[in-house]
Amino acid sequence: MIDRTQVLHVARLARLQLSDEEVGRMSTELSSILGHIETLAALDLSAVEPTAHVVPGAGRLRADEVRPSLPREVAFENAPDVADDGFRVPSPQA
Amino acid sequence: MSAELTDLTAKAAIDAIAAGDLDAAELFGAYRAAAAADELNAYTWVAEDTPDLGVAADAPLRGVPLAVKDLFCTRGVPSQAGSRILEGYRPPYDATVVAQLAAAGTSLLGKTNQDEFAMGSSNENSGYGPVKNPWDHTRVPGGSSGGSAAAVAAGLAPWALGTDTGGSIRQPAALCGIVGLKPTYGSVSRYGMIAFASSLDQAGPFARTVTDTALLYAHMHGRDERDATSVGRPDEIALPTGERLDGIRLGVPDTLTGEGVEPGVMAAFAAALETARSLGATVEQVALPHADHGLSAYYILAPAEASSNLARFDGVRYGARSEAGDLLSMYTETRHDFFGDEVKRRILIGTYALSSGFYDAYYASAQKVRTLIARDFDAAFAGVDLIVTPTSPGVAFPLGAKTEDPLSMYLNDAFTIPISLAGIPAISLPCGLSEGLPVGLQLAGPAFSENRILEAAHALERAFAFENTPSRIGGGAAA
Amino acid sequence: MSPVSDYEIVIGLEIHVQLKTRTKMFCGCELTFGEPPNTRVCEVCLALPGSLPVPNAEAIHLGVMIGHALGCEIAPRMKFDRKQYFYPDSPKGYQISQFDEPLCAGGGIGGVRIERVHLEEDAAKTIHAGASGRIHGSASSVVDFNRGGTPLAEIVTEPDIHSAEQAGEFLRLLRTTLRVLGVSDVNMEEGSLRCDANISIRPHGQTELGTKTELKNMNSFRYIEKGITAEVARQAALLDAGERVVQETLHFDPRTEALTSMRSKEEANDYRYFPEPDLVPVPVTAAMIERARAAMPELPAARAARFEEDLELHPDTAKLLAWRSELGDWFEEALAASPDGVSAATAGPLANWTTNELLKRLEGETDPGGSKVTPAALAQLVALVGAKSVTAAGGRQVLEVLIAEGGDPAAIVEAQGLGAVGGEDTLAPVVQEALAANPDIAERLRGGDMKPMGVIIGHVMKATKGRADGGEVTKLVRSQLGL
Ligand SMILES: [Zn+2]
Repeated sequence: MIDRTQVLHVARLARLQLSDEEVGRMSTELSSILGHIETLAALDLSAVEPTAHVVPGAGRLRADEVRPSLPREVAFENAPDVADDGFRVPSPQA
Repeated sequence: MSAELTDLTAKAAIDAIAAGDLDAAELFGAYRAAAAADELNAYTWVAEDTPDLGVAADAPLRGVPLAVKDLFCTRGVPSQAGSRILEGYRPPYDATVVAQLAAAGTSLLGKTNQDEFAMGSSNENSGYGPVKNPWDHTRVPGGSSGGSAAAVAAGLAPWALGTDTGGSIRQPAALCGIVGLKPTYGSVSRYGMIAFASSLDQAGPFARTVTDTALLYAHMHGRDERDATSVGRPDEIALPTGERLDGIRLGVPDTLTGEGVEPGVMAAFAAALETARSLGATVEQVALPHADHGLSAYYILAPAEASSNLARFDGVRYGARSEAGDLLSMYTETRHDFFGDEVKRRILIGTYALSSGFYDAYYASAQKVRTLIARDFDAAFAGVDLIVTPTSPGVAFPLGAKTEDPLSMYLNDAFTIPISLAGIPAISLPCGLSEGLPVGLQLAGPAFSENRILEAAHALERAFAFENTPSRIGGGAAA
Repeated sequence: MSPVSDYEIVIGLEIHVQLKTRTKMFCGCELTFGEPPNTRVCEVCLALPGSLPVPNAEAIHLGVMIGHALGCEIAPRMKFDRKQYFYPDSPKGYQISQFDEPLCAGGGIGGVRIERVHLEEDAAKTIHAGASGRIHGSASSVVDFNRGGTPLAEIVTEPDIHSAEQAGEFLRLLRTTLRVLGVSDVNMEEGSLRCDANISIRPHGQTELGTKTELKNMNSFRYIEKGITAEVARQAALLDAGERVVQETLHFDPRTEALTSMRSKEEANDYRYFPEPDLVPVPVTAAMIERARAAMPELPAARAARFEEDLELHPDTAKLLAWRSELGDWFEEALAASPDGVSAATAGPLANWTTNELLKRLEGETDPGGSKVTPAALAQLVALVGAKSVTAAGGRQVLEVLIAEGGDPAAIVEAQGLGAVGGEDTLAPVVQEALAANPDIAERLRGGDMKPMGVIIGHVMKATKGRADGGEVTKLVRSQLGL
């Protein structure tokens, strides 16, 4: 079960605004999904190692060599708001 | 003339171009015209002009058009991942596989529609409208790579790129009556693929034949210095020639009892096993004791990774932004206004599963289940060469049938998800019809067994003789 | 109000060090300081959709060197995790860091234990615009991603520090160590070394720790000491008044010396760490560990010990020379050039001349390398003084000339006639003359009152322009007066 308060808390962490209607709907839907997921709790996993990556032999490092950066106008091409040679955002304190 | 051209397999087209019997520009033009007239909403962008094909004169895949799922970055071409938050986004770089295939001689025909950020099994979660199944325009093509599957099935592309996280290549291939391969995780670079769940996402080919599927994959795989999870294959991919299955041991999971599977699908599956036996294969049951928990583990791991991967869509450097007076509102409103419902659902589940106090119960447990499932497959492959299942428990369902119930939508991927968690390769090929709609057969093998899978699929394809030539499929007329 | 000394102060430090690689932690963008904004950016460090990180091998090498220098245990593998937080300086919405398996753990330096050293990427720079940057009636900020993705080592100490001064001393040793290692520019003004302090106090004898506060982003050693002092005083005042210390993050303004709470950024402090799925852990091989060990220079602590033991320098002098690496290098070069060879006998006077006579004349310079005095010249000068060819006072005059013009000490002695006047033949008549000119003093000396000896020495010095040796003058006075 995930109630409205929890939905709101998680939405806040995820920087997701939800309307009142959405909070209610998400609470119902997520509860149903999490209810299904909770079957995992029945398994004894104490002696099992977690798997984060399935591919043995992968993983690598990069030599410390310079690659060209993007021209600034290309970096700004898709930006919603550019000012003073930077990406402009509203202030946190505003 | 045009229909004949777009009925050609990619291999036949390449051979004809090489023999001087076919002009690459003409082929591209025929496909471009077909794609531009797309009634399925399979494309979100189609090339304006026929590209200069001269440069590819001695490339192995010379002159063959390629449809590319929207979430692959294509330089200067919209790459929106099916999301309104990336509407009009044109990346400054090409995904590695896109660059590799361009170097091999393919030309970009169009970008295909998909579920938003690859989250879905019906293509109804696209920010750019659902895709119609070419076999029946009232039905879904499957997802998330629904646009690619529909385009290839309908003759709007000879082949296409898709991505598969929990079944997003195999399931739409099954529902559209074509072939789709999910390769071994790591064998194809993920660089430039807009991420859904990094530890599961894998690019793969769609085509109408097993041979074309093998041919496209042969030019996709390879270790990429820019993807630290990519690995080189131990072998090259050979074009399959198999006609028999003598000595091949096929395993059917003992959990596959028919429960939750449509009877018509079970019947087609049983017939497919019979065909396999007639080709010399043996069929036995294998135990996959933890496979039933795959869905639960997947719906923790994939949303958790997604919640993190999608944090970059914040309206600062690219993408849509909702103007707001302060930073926090800018974030929360942007993400509210431009993410679709399914994406929000998964971000919330994933954030919840990673949040303080819940990590061990959800995320860590799911990672452990992943270990158990991978071990199950290892043990199973000690006794059989390939594991076979229906790709999807049902045929293409009507548009709108499952949108109200996320969980029932998730159950579509019950047979594909455990394989994704184990990182192993699997193919879906059409094996018959149920209610006049295609049924897919899934063949899975151990890591890097693509050649074995393709050989077996090739033999079965010949025996099934499934008719999926675009101009002849049961489809368009039904709508 | 009771004094601060009623409380035991407990401080742990978190130090962020920008590593001196050529390129960023996870992409090939060049690291430079002061480039125009957003000109050292690419799809990876802007977190464009689809881009993936690949770790910089050199950053891991430098991390292992830091681990060696601090005596840490090196982890068997390099494992990265994601730390989630939304802020414009964090383009991915998470920082790639290390959570449960830091590259280095344990160890210590300067009597302070090290908890861990882990690698991560630096944030971008957010520049808060003034009123002119207002959009929709609100202030705005502008983000520059040049710095974003710079490799960082975060060094976390155990709470072993008990005063502001000790914190300053530890940081100076750490900075010199990192500079000698060559892993970082360790320039606090440019931000390549940054320090946060976790501070708590408790009544003496209390076993459990008090509530700690975190003092963020102090950019000079002086401010760190001042900030800690101010925060300790604030906490002591709270406890004295019977109030509680609230766990919070504080900013210290060195100009006003005011502490302000940074609460806004603190709420929802749930970083949701999980293993970075884009990066498969990479083994830290024996070869990598060995390569880092082979690259290790002598570190300040070891150098100070060598100066003390082999050269028998006073501990304070040894520390002074060793902790200022450039001064120590200069000293060792001078020692190697000493005409009397390398020994404790030559090192002692040379060290004194370097740290006392030379340094105090260089007006705040800490590196004699920038002066006109060559290490060999100082070594020769000290040898001349040692051989009594020139007196200490004469030597100081030579040093002044060396500082002003450079040159060869023997030639300066010769040219300026600064050679010591010594030996019975030359000095005895001058002493005789001084006694004759001061008969009353001579009388007192003869009566056993040695206090006015200085007058006679002064007279002799004046007559010889300071080239006489005071000890020799005394000896001659005694013999001439029959004492
Ligand atoms: Zn970069």
